[in-house]
Amino acid sequence: MNARAPIPAVQDTRLNRPEPFTPRDGGFFQRDHSIHPPAHAPGYKSSVLRSPRQALLSIENSISEITGPVFGHNDLGPLDNDLIRNYAKDGDPVGERIIVHGRVLDETGRGVPNTLVEFWQANAGGRYRHRKDTYLAPIDPNFGGCGRALTNDAGYYYFRTIKPGPYPWRNYVNSWRPAHIHFSVFGSGFAQRLITQMYFEGDPLIPVCPILTTIPDKDALERLVAPLDLNASTPFDSLAYRFDIVLRGQRSTYFENRPEGN
Amino acid sequence: MPQPLNYLKETASQTAGPYVHIGLIPAMAGFDIFEKNFSNVLVTPKTPGERITLEGKVIDGSGTPLRDVLLEIWQANAAGRYNHPADRSTGVVDEDFRGWGRAVSDFESGLVTFETIKPGPIVDKTGRKSAPHVNVWIVARGINIGLNTRLYFSDGEAANAVDPVLNLVEPAGRRKTLIATRSERAGKVVYSFTINLQGPAETVFFDI
Repeated sequence: MNARAPIPAVQDTRLNRPEPFTPRDGGFFQRDHSIHPPAHAPGYKSSVLRSPRQALLSIENSISEITGPVFGHNDLGPLDNDLIRNYAKDGDPVGERIIVHGRVLDETGRGVPNTLVEFWQANAGGRYRHRKDTYLAPIDPNFGGCGRALTNDAGYYYFRTIKPGPYPWRNYVNSWRPAHIHFSVFGSGFAQRLITQMYFEGDPLIPVCPILTTIPDKDALERLVAPLDLNASTPFDSLAYRFDIVLRGQRSTYFENRPEGN
Repeated sequence: MPQPLNYLKETASQTAGPYVHIGLIPAMAGFDIFEKNFSNVLVTPKTPGERITLEGKVIDGSGTPLRDVLLEIWQANAAGRYNHPADRSTGVVDEDFRGWGRAVSDFESGLVTFETIKPGPIVDKTGRKSAPHVNVWIVARGINIGLNTRLYFSDGEAANAVDPVLNLVEPAGRRKTLIATRSERAGKVVYSFTINLQGPAETVFFDI
């Protein structure tokens, strides 16, 4: 067989991912703090002793903030985005089977490719697999409650899990967390690093959650609520929820060795 | 009406919560799930550079160490180069050194440690030189949006004195909140730090 010589893939092995990759090396857009919870939010009592009281010192992004860790498929295992299977011992975990999917975008609307998304959650009864969680709901022997994915070239990610349950916590005597999934996202630079939580459309605990309502902007709060996405569901198997995440945008360096712009 | 700009808004931050370990360091939550795990060890035996331990605590407004805090560090290699395509400086990239690590505090003592190398001085594309430093990001229950700070090195006085970021800190007396103190312990170099979230010695946090 006269096999055609393979076209060598242009690999930047340092990045552990294929080209093309167009670095953008301007600073990130200034963060709009009006859409984020303030550090000191007394209704969420844990924030009182853990919130800086001095003003943050604003610094122009240098290379230290524009860069950030790069991850690749070598960092992940094959079941990392399947929470139904990745801790199963003798069957599937209990609960509503769901798919969560969406894109990681930046403020300009571009997908953020090849970025690491990590997620963790309670089980269907609202119990975390954690040595410090003592809630009376049972641990599910087949559910770990964490996973991770790398976005594709368009910034798209997805994973499969069971819908987490609400649970009580010590803030007021009758404080309950709405069902939620924690998300950790990297982006391309350390200044984009973000941790947030995804909530579920229609959950009546959303408007009374002392953590969620630390967000002062109603629209910003609603952007954390994932809608049911029937079109992405798997018939006779799983419902789906859609959750897009937006990281800070990055400036182009228009007039410095970059005639092509980007 | 002018044309709409149509920028999207950044997703709002939420606290990492008390169970951050589950997702980011599951072994600390008490179980084993991933084939590969991230850790607080940034180096391999081959990594060029001076081996150092970064060791410290994060202290709340009552003077108590946080025992459920997670720190990430991001740093250049010994040649002052970040392992990232946007860093086009001349230092040699060490392909095995990602430059990033993650650690949670001890559940009893609150101590956080990293095993890494001392980064080199950094020269950015404008020629501006920064003193060696490690970038730090802090999340925990009660922290609504991740806190950014830096650690500089106590034996780098000359470079620290002209560092462009340290020189922005006013009053100058607060600069010392960003300096990790060098010592040697059983032949190992240890840099110790304390991050105070509040109080008269509150650490300088950055809006980056």
